[in-house]
Amino acid sequence: MATIQDIINSYKDKPGGIIEAYHAVQREYNYLPEEAVEYAARVFGISAAQAFGVATFYSYLSVAKRGQYIIRMCESAPCHIAGADILIKTFEDELGIKVGETTADGKFTLELTECVGQCQGTPVITINSMPYVDMNPEQVPAVLALCK
Amino acid sequence: MAAEMRIVLRNADQINPDKIEDYVQAGGYKALEKARSMARTDLIAEVKKSNLRGRGGAGFNAGMKWSFVPEAPVKYVVCNLDEGEPGTYKDRTIVEKDPQRLLEGMAICGHAINSNQGYIYCRGEYPYVVDLLRRAIDQARSSGVLGDFNIEVRMGGGAYVCGEETALIESIEGHRGEPRFKPPFPGVSGLWDKPTVVNNVETFANLPDIVMRGGAWFASIGTPSYPGTKVLTLTGDVVNRIPIEVPTNTTIREVIFDFGGGIRGGKKFKAVQIGGTSGGFIPESLLDTPIDADSMRNIGATLGTGAVLVMDETRDIIDIVTRISKFFEHESCGKCNPCREGTFRAYEIMKKINKGQAAPADLDKLALLSRVMTKACLCGLGQAAPGPILTTMEHFKAEYQARLQI
Ligand SMILES: Cc1cc2nc3c(=O)[nH]c(=O)nc-3n(C[C@H](O)[C@H](O)[C@H](O)COP(=O)(O)O)c2cc1C
Ligand code: SF4
Ligand code: FES
Repeated sequence: MATIQDIINSYKDKPGGIIEAYHAVQREYNYLPEEAVEYAARVFGISAAQAFGVATFYSYLSVAKRGQYIIRMCESAPCHIAGADILIKTFEDELGIKVGETTADGKFTLELTECVGQCQGTPVITINSMPYVDMNPEQVPAVLALCK
Repeated sequence: MAAEMRIVLRNADQINPDKIEDYVQAGGYKALEKARSMARTDLIAEVKKSNLRGRGGAGFNAGMKWSFVPEAPVKYVVCNLDEGEPGTYKDRTIVEKDPQRLLEGMAICGHAINSNQGYIYCRGEYPYVVDLLRRAIDQARSSGVLGDFNIEVRMGGGAYVCGEETALIESIEGHRGEPRFKPPFPGVSGLWDKPTVVNNVETFANLPDIVMRGGAWFASIGTPSYPGTKVLTLTGDVVNRIPIEVPTNTTIREVIFDFGGGIRGGKKFKAVQIGGTSGGFIPESLLDTPIDADSMRNIGATLGTGAVLVMDETRDIIDIVTRISKFFEHESCGKCNPCREGTFRAYEIMKKINKGQAAPADLDKLALLSRVMTKACLCGLGQAAPGPILTTMEHFKAEYQARLQI
């Protein structure tokens, strides 16, 4: 795994590249560790407060540690009417955690999101950004079993 | 029955989107060649004549926008692929089916405004689209079709407001995505304070055909004041949840009942929300309205992005509008007070109504707050947020009344 420093350094010369650097770190680590934000502040010549301000503005970026598999449930209106609530409840029950939490073994994080642009197949979840469409609660155990 | 007409989706499912050869084989990049043989002012005049209006929501004349760009040593072409509007998946569809068409459209704009640098701002939720685009750009670059026009893809971070053009610019610059005060407009001072044209994916994707076949041809399709086709994305309680591309004089009823195949499960129609989550709710009595932006505005609705969310007779309007209010409360960037506080209060009152705990006075407050927000908010997010509330209060008043505590 590339170090945080190496990843961030490779975006150094890109104007406004801090967000690209954050995405790259998150692709490797699943979240933005505190030292990544602090290091990015130095590389891009802004204060740590500004670097955190950028990181926390974007809901797709997370400054909190997350699990290996990030399950996001869309709750925008089209998914809402297609039964997002029941699906969220099913995931909570199956994983034994609430939305926003990570399982004790560090494997799963459950999050809510707004529309992910797959509304032809509501309700929609994503696992590490890959969409799973036309979900129903009965499929939840099978989908979780895919995450090895 | 009304028929589809494909311009931006012409090559969809006909070519391999991962092979530039297929696109060239289908006539691709001829328009760019032709555009480059034209004087810039003539090219802009042709696009103006087509009356192509922006497909990202605001509906501004594209050629007109380009004509405001002043002379400057550095200028930028920015493509808006943020597509955060719930119910919308058209830009993803266009790019997934035919990415080279977007690149060609951007390069045409590059020639028109004399810019050699383009950016595509793609939402972070579409990493697979980012990969596809980067491969497409590599192919275009190595085959030389783009000439000296460069295109770079930047990823958004899951903030709806970053679809607003000045917030998008802030985000490319590496900042929090908060909208700027306008003027100056991006065309004069945008990315890194340089003149910048921001257009939607679908707007760019129309350009190759306009250049090849002429502005007059395009202007003659659909409704004269908003000509051409529109890609609509069907979702909700409709039989066919698909993207379609239709002339802009197609009516909402044709969209839902001909292309959409009607309501699922043999149920009855109740409402349709068009244009995304900030769009107005439309009742049965207005279904014969054409979808073009002006006709929609005349009935107090919007064409917006072209999302079509269909709701059947069993749907609870109040519950849906409450969910939508939560969306805006969550997505408000907080820069201006009427929106930061207003979306919060609107959601609070909607929750109260939804729980059956509201009094008639709450409805009056909600209506007043909504009207203030449409006028006082800094950007389109806050200005459009009350749309679903105001239109459901008008067309589905009985549902609000039935929920009140007496
Ligand atoms: C809150 C908000 C979100 C927006 N989201 C998008 C978007 O996702 N895609 C888009 O093309 N335009 C979006 N717009 C409109 C842009 O500000 C801008 O008008 C558009 O990109 C211009 O391109 P066009 O003229 O080709 O439509 C949004 C506007 C607002 C106020
Ligand atoms: S209207 Fe809302 S989203 Fe727009 S600038 Fe104001 S607070 Fe931010
Ligand atoms: S509304 Fe859920 S994916 Fe679009």
